[in-house]
This record gives sequence, C-alpha cells and structure tokens, in this order.
Amino acid sequence: MKKLINEPADVVDEMLEGMVAAHDLRRVDGTEAVVRSDAPVEGKVGLVSGGGSGHEPTHAGYIGDGMLDGAAAGEVFTSPTADQVSELIQACDGGEGVFCVVKNYEGDVMNFETAIEMAEMEADTEVEHVVVNDDVAVEDSLYTSGRRGVCGTIFVHKIAGAMAQRGEDLAEIKRVAEKATENVGTMGMALTSCVTPEKGEPTFDLGEDEIELGIGIHGEPGTERTELMSVDEITDHLAEAVLEDLELETGTEVATIVNGMGGTPLMELYVVNRRLQSVLDDRGLETWDAWVGDYMTSLDMMGCSITVLELDDELMELLAAPAETPGLTVPE
Amino acid sequence: MDQETQTEAVRTAVEAIADRLADEKDHLTDLDSAIGDADHGANMDRGFRTALERVEETDGDPADLVKAAGVALVSEVGGASGPLYGGSLMKASQELEDGITADTTVAFAERYLETVEERGKASVGDKTMVDALTPAVHTYRKSIEVDDREPIDALGKAVDAARRGVEFTTPIRAKKGRASYLGWRSVGHQDPGATSTLYLLEELLDVATEYVDGEVAIDAAADVEPDELPDAEDAPADGGE
Repeated sequence: MKKLINEPADVVDEMLEGMVAAHDLRRVDGTEAVVRSDAPVEGKVGLVSGGGSGHEPTHAGYIGDGMLDGAAAGEVFTSPTADQVSELIQACDGGEGVFCVVKNYEGDVMNFETAIEMAEMEADTEVEHVVVNDDVAVEDSLYTSGRRGVCGTIFVHKIAGAMAQRGEDLAEIKRVAEKATENVGTMGMALTSCVTPEKGEPTFDLGEDEIELGIGIHGEPGTERTELMSVDEITDHLAEAVLEDLELETGTEVATIVNGMGGTPLMELYVVNRRLQSVLDDRGLETWDAWVGDYMTSLDMMGCSITVLELDDELMELLAAPAETPGLTVPE
Repeated sequence: MDQETQTEAVRTAVEAIADRLADEKDHLTDLDSAIGDADHGANMDRGFRTALERVEETDGDPADLVKAAGVALVSEVGGASGPLYGGSLMKASQELEDGITADTTVAFAERYLETVEERGKASVGDKTMVDALTPAVHTYRKSIEVDDREPIDALGKAVDAARRGVEFTTPIRAKKGRASYLGWRSVGHQDPGATSTLYLLEELLDVATEYVDGEVAIDAAADVEPDELPDAEDAPADGGE
C-alpha cells in the first residue's frame, strides 16, 4: 500500500511536528501531547482530550479558542499513556482545574483515570472528566465495555469548550458535557477497511460488492456485513439506528454531523447529508445545524458516520458560540 | 529491619521480577496470543526492565521506590495493563510510607487490589488478573490478622492461593478485557494477566524468604524463626537448636 510515511514508528511524532509548524500550538516537552501555545490560560478551566492517533483532525485539530486547550496523541489506534496525559493535564491547568473529554475505550478510560490520579497526587490539580459513548451500533465490543465513543465526541468538545471559554467552573462543565453525551447518537459504516501504518495492508477484507455496518473507528469489525446498497438506503439504515436509540419527539431540534471516515470524497458526504435531512424532515425533526466533513476519521477508511444531537436552548447557544481551531471554525 | 535494608529489598524484588518476566516473556505471549492481542509478554518485560532502571536510580524510602516502579510501568506498558499494574502500584505505595511491616503490607495488598478492581471494573470469575489477586490478598490478610501467622508464612499461603486462582481461570469464560470478545472461545485458556500476577507474587516470596533466611525480619516488631518454611502448610520449624 502506497503511503506518505517515512517510518511507521515515527509517524505520530512527525505528524505532531507538522501540526505544530502549521498551527498555533506547542509540544509539551518530552511528550506526544500538544497544547495551545499560550497554555495554560489563566482564569479558565483547561479543556483536554486525547486518544489514539489516526482519527485526525481529532484530537489536536480541535485545539484553539472555544474548544480544547490541549490533546494527547497515542500511537495509531492506541491510548496515550497515563504519564503523558498527566503532563498534559498539568500543562493546561491555569488555576481553575482541568476537564477531560474521554472516548469510551478501555485503554483510554483506564489511562485517563490513572492520569487524573497522578495529576492530583503530583500537582494537586483539580480534575473532572466525562466519558463519551455515542455509538449506537454495539453494546460491548473488542475495545469497550458498553458503547464506543465516536464522532459525537466532537459535539462534546465544542459544547464543553464553549462552557470553558465562558468562564464556567468544573462542575458546570461536567453537567453540560454529560447532558450532551446523553443526548447524542452515532452510527457508522465502511465501504473499505483502513490500512494501519505498521501493518501496511487492510485490517479486514471487504469484497467489491460488500459493505460493513456498525463499524468503529479502529478498523474493528462492524455489527453486520451486507451487500452493497444505494447511498440512500445506507443513509436510511444509519439514520434509523440512531433515531431509534434517541427516541426523539416530533418537533425536536437537532444538530447533525455527516462525518467522513478519512477516505471518502466530500461529494459523497453531501449526498448522504441530502438524504439524512429528508429523513429527519419526514420524522418531523428540525435540523438547527448540519455539519458535513471529516471530523473523526479512521485513517484512510472509505465510509461515513451519522451523528444526531438532541438540542435544548442551552446546548444550542453553546454550539453557536464562536470557535477557532484547525478542524472547526464557528465565526463570531 | 532498618530502612536501608527495606529499600534494598524493594530493589532486589523489582530485579527478581524483571528477570522472571524476561524468562517468561514467550510463555506470556503464547497465552495472550490465544485469547488477547499477543503483546502481554513483551509489554510486561519492557515495563519491568524500565522499572528496574528507575528503581536503581531512585533514592528514597521503600514507598518512593515502589512509586517509581509504578510510574515506570504506567509509561512503558501502555494499553490497559499500564494503569492496572503501574497505577495500582503507585496508589498502593502510599501505604508503605511507614516502612515495610505486617500491617503496612496488608494495607498495601488491599489497596493494590482495590485499585485494580476500580480501574478494570472486573471481579472474581471474569477471567482476569483479579482471579489470582483476590484470593492472594484475602489469604495474606487472614493469615496475618486471624491466624496470627508471620508475614513470610502468610505470603507463602497467598502465593498458593494465587496459584489456585490462575488454575481457576482456565475453564471459565472471559467477561472482561480483550478476551471477553471471544465469548465461549476463551474457555480452556489460562489468563495471561492472572499468570503474570502470579509470577510477581512468586518472586516477592522468593526475595522475602532470602531476607528472612538472612535473619532480616520483615516485621521489625517480630522475631522471625530463621528456619520457617514459607510455603508448607503448618510447617514445623525444624528447630536445629
């Protein structure tokens, strides 16, 4: 498989160097964590996240005003280690404590929990966290007990980020982050597997006439393999699964994400969005905001996921708040 | 036993564990290939080699050394095992701040188990390291607090209990960790985490025995019979005098 990679072992480090050279970021010394160059920001809660690499722009691509203060990058599809996350937490503590957004994978959750203890032991940092588990496809999986955390995490970054930017305290941020987590659902699908740098070949094989539904973001298998359907049928299937999980009443306002898995042309994502919006409309749901693009990817996988967030006035206001990051900008 | 001797004992124990894990690396990898992702042997070996380096360059009391070993494991082992083995050691090290005595080692063992359970959200019967750790910790505590045994004798009993716990993991179905994804296919395979936990305990027992045989009391307040046999049921002291 042809790749723009020097050595698989160096890819995360070299990617971070490139990110720092492109954006307003700095590396936390001796780690694979990056923070905004003026971190820690005095007088606001520091907001951090992290996880395996290969999901870009997640996580470091959401560092900036109105979203994250820092992110820890693990190896490809591997949780960052607790000591690195602890360094990150301490680097983002501007005196008001730090809030962590964690995706529900065993490795991520255990390393973040351990990191929080380390930061508390070493620096008396006050830390709270939320675990995002928006994937409606599976209850338990290869890497999780409970549901996986996937693209809905970006809504949580945005909402918690707006809270922190406004100067809210840890407890308030936790309350709202939990509310967003409870009200969001995601379902994904793949046309092809992804190729990890170490392995250099597809993680699983899909025939020319097959697709996989209910996939995660690490090339792990989905919940069912079916024959290729039309994009409208696929969209219906994903939307059904998410809406069945959320059980929304007619007239509910929602925000949606049609997310590319890394190897999908934007053209196709817009076609998915067209169908998604008509499905929502048929159900009497009102889309207040629709995002389309690559937000939470799985290297070069072709496919997409659909995320729906149930809104109330508070969440709407926070989503609308300005943000300026490499991966997402909401203008003033 | 004075602090210097205790510190030395911790270094010796970490070294013994590192050597043992290097010897068992392939065996652990084989066990993990059957029901996991085949990296447990390499991860534990790398983790304890680093822990040994850190412990050798750390000055301080036994608690400081144990904490340094824990931090090394957290940073080197990665995945879920880093927090489980390293994070638990870090947390439990706080119980050794008054040195190594019967009471502090009981508290240490319990804190370690508690952290593993909290982090891994596993309980006995899930086919994890908890299956070796729980009987060992409970046996250690009961032997000291109820049966009034010497710590070294209690540790011998704890290792026996852990061994039975490891055996118990073979016929059961995994409910936690990567192996749980295999469901019934995990039956018939011994759990790698329980196995490496047993190695840790066996090496602790060996090193503690060395120190006791060297007439260094583990519990500063107790005179330990130098000839006590740690791993035999109701061992009669052969009382050479």
